[in-house]
Amino acid sequence: MSIASQLPVLPIIMPIMAAPVTLLLPKGRAPHLWACLFTWLTFAACIALFREVDMSGPISYHLGDWAPPIGIEYRIDLANALVLLLVSGIAALVMPFAYRSVQLEVDERQTPLFYGAMLICMTGLLGVTITGDAFNVFVFLEISSLSTYALIAMGARRDRRALTAAFNYLVMGTIGATFFVIGLGLLYQATGTLNMADLSKQLIGQDNRMVQAGFAFILVGMGLKLAMFPMHLWLPNAYTYAPSAVTAFIAATATKVAVYVIIRFFFSVFNFDFAFIGAAFTYVLLPLGLLGMFGASFVALFQEDVKRMLAYSSVAQIGYMLLGLSFATVEGLTASLVHIFNHALMKGALFMAVACVVLRAGSHSIHAFAGLSKRMPVTTWAFIISGLSLIGVPLTVGFISKWYLLNAAFAAGHWYAGFLIVASSLIALAYVGRVAEVMLLREPAEEGKYAMAKEEAPLSMLIPMWILVLANIYFGVRTDLTGDIATRAAEALMMAAGGAP
Amino acid sequence: MISASLAIPLSLALPLVGCIAIWLLDKHPNLREAATLITGAILLVLALTIFGAVGGGEQPEHVLFEVIDGLPIAFKAEPLGAMFGLIASGLWIVNSVYSIGYMRGHGEEHQTRFFMSFAVAISAAMGVAYAANLFTLFIFYEVLTLSTFPLVTHYGDDKARNGGRIYLGVLMATSIGLLLPAIVWTYAITGTTEFTEGGIMAAHAEAVGPIAGVLLGLYAFGIGKAALMPAHPWLPNAMVAPTPVSAFLHAVAVVKAGVFSILKVAVYVFGIDFLRDTGASVPFMWIAAGSILLASAIAMHKDNLKARLAYSTVSQLSYVTLGAMLATSMGVMGGAMQIAAHALGKMTLFMCAGAIYVAHHKSLVSEMRGLGRVMPFTFGAFFLGAMSIIGLPPMAGSWPKFFLMLGAADAGQLAIIAVLMVSSILNVIYLLSIPVQAFYMNPAEEGAKPQGAEGALIQWGALKEAPILCVAPPLFTATGAFLLFFFADPLYKYLSPLIGGQ
Amino acid sequence: MDWFDFILARYNYWIFILLMMIGLYIVFARGNLVKKIVGLNIFQTSVFIYYISIGKIFGGTAPIYMGDELDAASHHEPESGHGADAGAHGGETAHAAAEGAQSKIDNSALDHGDDLKETLHSKIDNNALDHGNDLKEALKSAPVSDEGASLHDLPDAGEKIANTLSHTDKTPPAPAPGIEFSPDGLHGAAGDAAHSAAEAAHGAMEAIVYTNPLPHVLILTAIVVGVATTAVGLALAVRIREAYGTIEEDELEAADDIAEFGHQAGVRAQQAAGSAA
Repeated sequence: MSIASQLPVLPIIMPIMAAPVTLLLPKGRAPHLWACLFTWLTFAACIALFREVDMSGPISYHLGDWAPPIGIEYRIDLANALVLLLVSGIAALVMPFAYRSVQLEVDERQTPLFYGAMLICMTGLLGVTITGDAFNVFVFLEISSLSTYALIAMGARRDRRALTAAFNYLVMGTIGATFFVIGLGLLYQATGTLNMADLSKQLIGQDNRMVQAGFAFILVGMGLKLAMFPMHLWLPNAYTYAPSAVTAFIAATATKVAVYVIIRFFFSVFNFDFAFIGAAFTYVLLPLGLLGMFGASFVALFQEDVKRMLAYSSVAQIGYMLLGLSFATVEGLTASLVHIFNHALMKGALFMAVACVVLRAGSHSIHAFAGLSKRMPVTTWAFIISGLSLIGVPLTVGFISKWYLLNAAFAAGHWYAGFLIVASSLIALAYVGRVAEVMLLREPAEEGKYAMAKEEAPLSMLIPMWILVLANIYFGVRTDLTGDIATRAAEALMMAAGGAP
Repeated sequence: MISASLAIPLSLALPLVGCIAIWLLDKHPNLREAATLITGAILLVLALTIFGAVGGGEQPEHVLFEVIDGLPIAFKAEPLGAMFGLIASGLWIVNSVYSIGYMRGHGEEHQTRFFMSFAVAISAAMGVAYAANLFTLFIFYEVLTLSTFPLVTHYGDDKARNGGRIYLGVLMATSIGLLLPAIVWTYAITGTTEFTEGGIMAAHAEAVGPIAGVLLGLYAFGIGKAALMPAHPWLPNAMVAPTPVSAFLHAVAVVKAGVFSILKVAVYVFGIDFLRDTGASVPFMWIAAGSILLASAIAMHKDNLKARLAYSTVSQLSYVTLGAMLATSMGVMGGAMQIAAHALGKMTLFMCAGAIYVAHHKSLVSEMRGLGRVMPFTFGAFFLGAMSIIGLPPMAGSWPKFFLMLGAADAGQLAIIAVLMVSSILNVIYLLSIPVQAFYMNPAEEGAKPQGAEGALIQWGALKEAPILCVAPPLFTATGAFLLFFFADPLYKYLSPLIGGQ
Repeated sequence: MDWFDFILARYNYWIFILLMMIGLYIVFARGNLVKKIVGLNIFQTSVFIYYISIGKIFGGTAPIYMGDELDAASHHEPESGHGADAGAHGGETAHAAAEGAQSKIDNSALDHGDDLKETLHSKIDNNALDHGNDLKEALKSAPVSDEGASLHDLPDAGEKIANTLSHTDKTPPAPAPGIEFSPDGLHGAAGDAAHSAAEAAHGAMEAIVYTNPLPHVLILTAIVVGVATTAVGLALAVRIREAYGTIEEDELEAADDIAEFGHQAGVRAQQAAGSAA
């Protein structure tokens, strides 16, 4: 039994075993270094997994050597290998980034807990992605959510509203997860299995009330988790008051993983013979995606708080992902997968830039950004480049996303959606432009609450942030990893779902 | 000599290298300016290489890499692009010389940033000129928009901020909101964005037919840099920038990139024949005609010289759009020649405006009465430039008008000929009046009466010209506009592949 | 009365729905954070009850094969039914039975390793038992039955299995304790469906109430998650009380308003909260 054959379980086993150890380590650097080490190891394992899947096709790993459908199966194909790579990659960047930010924003006594919770959160997200067992999805989802509630609440040192934000998220998240479990129960009742691959076989030809209800519960439950408009109300506060490093991590990964679950259930578990799914696409995901794009973007326009503005923008961006998959075409699904990846890059970088500002200016209000280009030019440009990416300017990943999405919209005949997509990007232009203008053209506050010294963020923060910013550019001109892989993944998913390839 | 196909990527990379050199030489203004000029000179050589190769019937190509499957960043020089590249790179040197004079004469701040942005902008303009497909064109189009933003907001005050906001807002809104969907739509229907002789659409006439008008509209307004009304407000607002920016970018590089794109789309994406057969372009022809007249009318009311010139530019740009929308070969030819002729003419006018401002700090037309007596060279150049814009022989601007009229006659649109005539009359009124007043009228304020012999047209003894670096460039471009009049035939032959000729 | 029976026969679902709605109502209607947690708990508990109730099956036993029973089961399947599964279509039951047939074979082989497999092999000399997939193929290839609700047509498939079994001259394996269904995470519903079908053939189905262990296992996990959620929620409530001095939602909002917009707005919000209360 070599390590290589156990590779698929490593991204789960390593961090979850490492997490409790952080509590035993002395306070200070040790827990941080320990957590960094394990996120990097996990990232390495995910890279190895990705290469394996890329070269030799899907992997099925039987946990405890119990064959599916009885045992729990980890099933990795291109779609989730990409998401695994994304989640672990972002974690590998956020973890070293977090140190200085956490020093400032989190109570010192809690820092070992913080890093432990971060590791658990990552494990949960990876677990949701990697598993091929529907109930396992729920378990991992709650593992990640519970640690996220705790992480958000740690923002209370700076702002006590973090506590109420975490509480609201807890209530909404638990309702969402429970809805998801109800849906699973109904599917289980109809099929007698919980393995996704097996579920999909057993569901062929089943189109009755029970399966429909199960589908609806799963959709609503996941909708809550991924902050689908109008079930997004927990998100802005949670993102705003969480410690900055946590926001950077969960904004880049948590909702993406939930979108991935939706994709997995819609395309791998259910199939297109199931007429209900078409209705869900046309009457739920498409309109809600569009509404989210506009509603949330519009609200973002009027935020005085940059972090909250970006949070609303995240809700809007989730709209793009839902819109893409609602076309139910290979192009649309590709666009969704590409945008999952790309949006993580841009939002990760943006929230990291905000974290740098919080470190120096002590606030994420837009007033703290006044004249930032004179105080923190390196951070300013990181924010501007990732902001341009958010708008969808060429040579950035945002443009690639938009291109795929527009192409999917036009190819699917939803030309009106194409125009709505660009219209919503224009709102993004307005709110990013507003911050950019404040940073570039206003004079920095000399005194008062927002005054700050001319001091850049430390290198431990700048380097991870700029890696993400450069990734925004790199993947904006080379789409071998994102576009091609996503296309192949989408084709495989569509084949499984019985749609036209 | 390097090969033309290598010259293409080099001419994109070179200004960027220059940009870095400028940045490194921040502390040494003289060396920094030398870096700009040397870069400009090499760039001109490269542009000439490409221009010559294209003239010899070659179509040098260079594929950088594929971004998305089937969507490469690729370059291919054809006559129109080679001409635009040559104009942009040639006038960049002229403008750099002028900028040095202007910026130093003014003691401006942030000169390094200014020249760096300029270098990036010229690189983007080259990318637009040599783009082989819509995808590449769009990328460099957006880079051009963004790189010129720091130039527009150079002064950093409230006015600059507002101007910059409108500048970026309109250009980005039109390009992302209309042009990008148009390109993707084209791609979704035809599976390519490659500029093809005879047009991409012709092969997919059935699919495109019903929406041809819609698509053309998306392109016409989406290419906001062409300033077709009502997508024009960015242009007058861009005038908050220092004059060299207005002179080069907002008379040459940026706006010409816009109308150049319109021509490219009309010729290589839709195809003239396709446009004529479907009649899709007729509404936009009228919009362009309306834009010509309306912008001229607004220009007449502007007392600020730069604002007047800006609206004149809006009007003149619509000539090119009009030429493309006439969907006749003569119309396209007129539009293409207008790019060259207007670039020389309008740049002259802007540089003169800047020279006047440097020498006398005057920006209102009403203040310039009598000024010609002490600034004869500047106003002389202005006079020639104005002649060219109006379309009076022996200046280059007369040829585009001639071809446009021929094109309108071919298309059977006699009303368009009337529009062109009325527009010329309006041009005479609002442009020629300026040098005429400057030379023949007495200054508005009594105290400011220039010394010297009363009634003499030019007071040679009391000249108060701008620095030589600000005066020589407009004289140079004015001469260029004059010479181009006599080289219309070679230019016509050079551009004739555009309309299917040999 | 049909509709009355219809409602009554599904009493477990009504309990589930009632509890679920009560729970959700409390979560949304109550301003007190602890009460919200209580509501959340009730809501989660309703789901536990739902899961457990679907695990109860009339006429089920542990999924163990008897050759002749299977044979009988395959022919009499349409008559069998689950009390708890009454909402499900007959076809699903049929499918579940088929699934049971397959999963049990898998289970027995997997559960007990090669030794047991050897035993089975020697006992019944049946390839299908060794290779679950082969059997599954056989099941799949069977034509659709007249119930039509499931692709897994049991009668024919059963016949095939029966045929395969009857090729062996040896007696079918006895339900030895060694190959009993393992309670940790196997698919029991299917298995017991198969068995209940078998029982139906013998006319003894009403007599036995079988409990499928799998939902219990799932719910144990869910309870752990629920306890953890409650713990985190209550811990948050404690911290909120430390930070704000209250756990009433209206007062929390008012306090935030005061902090953000100054006293006036906060007072207004407080008044609004008061009048609403």
